[in-house]
Amino acid sequence: MRTRTWAPYALIAPTLVLMAVFLVYPIASVGWFSLRQHTVTQPWKNGFIGFENFRRMLFEDQLFWQSLAFSAKWVVVEVGLQLVLGLVLALIVNETFIGRGFARALVFSPWAVSGVLTTGIWILLYNPSTGIFQQLAQWGIGDPGTSVLGDPATVFPATVVTELWRGVPFFAILLLADLQTIPNDLYEAASVDGAGRWRQFVSVTLPHLRDAIVLSTLLRAVWEFNNVDLIYTLTGGGPANQTTTLPLYVARKAVDSHDFGYGSALTMAGFVILLFFSILYLRLSKFGSRT
Amino acid sequence: MTQTLIRPATTVEPPPAPPRRRKHRDPSRYFRLHLPLVLYLLFTLIPFYWMLVFAFRPTGQTSLVPWPITFEHFDTVWNGIGFGLFFQNSLIIGVGTMIVVTVFALMGGYALARFKFRGQRVFLLALLCTQFIPGAMMLIPLFVIFKSAGLLNSLTGLVIADTAFQLPLALILMSGFVRNVPIELEEAAMVDGCSRLRAFFAVTLPRLKPALVAVGSFAFIGAWNNFLFALMFASKQDKFTLPVGLSYALGEFNTDFGALAAGGVIAAVPVVLVFAVVQRFLVQGLSAGAVKG
Repeated sequence: MRTRTWAPYALIAPTLVLMAVFLVYPIASVGWFSLRQHTVTQPWKNGFIGFENFRRMLFEDQLFWQSLAFSAKWVVVEVGLQLVLGLVLALIVNETFIGRGFARALVFSPWAVSGVLTTGIWILLYNPSTGIFQQLAQWGIGDPGTSVLGDPATVFPATVVTELWRGVPFFAILLLADLQTIPNDLYEAASVDGAGRWRQFVSVTLPHLRDAIVLSTLLRAVWEFNNVDLIYTLTGGGPANQTTTLPLYVARKAVDSHDFGYGSALTMAGFVILLFFSILYLRLSKFGSRT
Repeated sequence: MTQTLIRPATTVEPPPAPPRRRKHRDPSRYFRLHLPLVLYLLFTLIPFYWMLVFAFRPTGQTSLVPWPITFEHFDTVWNGIGFGLFFQNSLIIGVGTMIVVTVFALMGGYALARFKFRGQRVFLLALLCTQFIPGAMMLIPLFVIFKSAGLLNSLTGLVIADTAFQLPLALILMSGFVRNVPIELEEAAMVDGCSRLRAFFAVTLPRLKPALVAVGSFAFIGAWNNFLFALMFASKQDKFTLPVGLSYALGEFNTDFGALAAGGVIAAVPVVLVFAVVQRFLVQGLSAGAVKG
C-alpha cells in the first residue's frame, strides 16, 4: 500500500518543532553560554571568555568536586537500593493472592506523588516535635527530639529513605511488566529438571529480565542524577552543602546568583558525564547483544 | 521515494499463564510473600497516614487517630493561603498538557508504527536521547527562551514546557500501543472504501482507548507534579501551582504542620486516584512490548 510522502512528516512535525525549540536549541545555547561570562546582575561584564569558566570549575571550585562526589554517591546508593527492593516487590506482587490488584495500586501509589509533596509528607514524619521518632520515643524506642534531617550523621540515610519511598515503585512497575512476559513453560521445565525456587530465579527469571534491568537502571541513574525537586526542598543541599548534587548546584547558580555563564559550564560537565556514563554502561552490560 | 505500511510480524498473544498453584498449602508463603508484602505496605502507607492525621487533626492535639476530624486546616490553605487558586492553575496545566501530549503522541506514534519513512531511525534515536537531557540543567537557556517569547508567568508557557519534555517518551509508548493493533483491520476497512483517516478513526482509535487513558494520565500526573519549571517560569503568586505553593509552605509554615498536611492532601488526591485507576493499563501496556518499541 502506497501513501503520499508527506503524511508521516506532517504527523511528527509538531514533535520535531517542540524538540528543536525546547531541547536541541537549549543544548546548543548552553554550549555557547559556557564559553561566556554572563551574569544577569552585572551585564556590563558579559562577553566571550573562552574556556575560563571550565578552568575555574576544574581547578578552583571546591564545591564542584564536592557536589560531583555526592551526586555519584547518591546515584549509586539510590539506584542500587531501588533496583533490589523494586525487584523483590515486583516478584511479590506477581504472585497470585487475594486482593492483588488492590495491593498493587497501594504499593505503586507513591510513584504518582511529586518530589515536593514527598518532601512535605516526610517532613511531617521526620519532624522532631510531632514526628514518628517522637511517637516512638513515647513508646520507649529511641530518644525524644531526634532531628534526623538536622544531624549531619543521619541526613543522608534519611534523604535516601525518602527517595526510596517514591522511587522503588518505578522499578517494581517496569520489572513486573517484564515478569509477566516470561512463559510459564520455562518454570515448568525447570521444575521438572529439579530446579528449586532459587535456582529457577537465577536461571530463568534473572536472564529474562536482563534487558529490562539494564534499561531501567540506566534511565533511573540518569533521572536520579538529575533529581532536584526532592533534595532541593528536603535539605536544600545542606547541612553545610553536604547533600548538594551537581544539578542542585547548577540551579542555585542560575536562580540565586544569576551566573548563567558559569552555570552553563557546570551543565556541560554534567552532560559529558552522563553521556560518557551511558555509553560505558551500555557497552559493559552488552545491551541488546542477545537480539 | 516510496513508502509502505510496515507490516509487523503478527504475534499471537499467549494466553494468560495459569497461576502456579501448589496442591498442598505451602507455609513458606507466609515468609516469602505475606510478611514482606505487609512490611512494604507499612512503609508505603505510614507516611500517607501521617499526612492524613495531621491534615484532619485539630491544632494542638497529638492523638494518632484524628477524631473528631476538623476541616480548619483545609479552610486555611484553600482560602487563606490561596491553594484554591493553585489547584485551579495546576488543573489547567495538567489538563492542557494531557490533551496536547496525547494528540501529538498519537500522531507521531502512528507515524512511527505504520509508516516507513526516511529519517525514521534518526528520529527514534533522537527521541531516546531526550531521556538523557536533564530538565534541571536546561533551566538557564529555557529561561532565556521563555523571556524572549513572553511566556514567563503564563500557564500556556508551562503547558508548552511540560509538553516538550514529556512528549518524546509518550510518543515512544504510543507507537508501541499502535503497533499492537493489527494493521489488517485498518487495511480491511480501506479495501471496503474507507479513506486512511476514516479507517483510523473507525477501526484503530477505538482499540487505542486504554493507551490513550494511560498516556494521557501520565502526562497529567507529570505536569501536575512538575516543580522546577513552575518555580522558575511562574514567579507571580497568581500563577503558582500546587508544588510551588507547597514548597513555600515548607519554609513559611515551619510550625504549621496542619496547613502543610492539608495542602499535601489537596495536591495528592487527584494524582493518586488517577494513578490507582490507570496503573493496570501501564503494566499491561509495558508488558505488551511498548517499551521495546
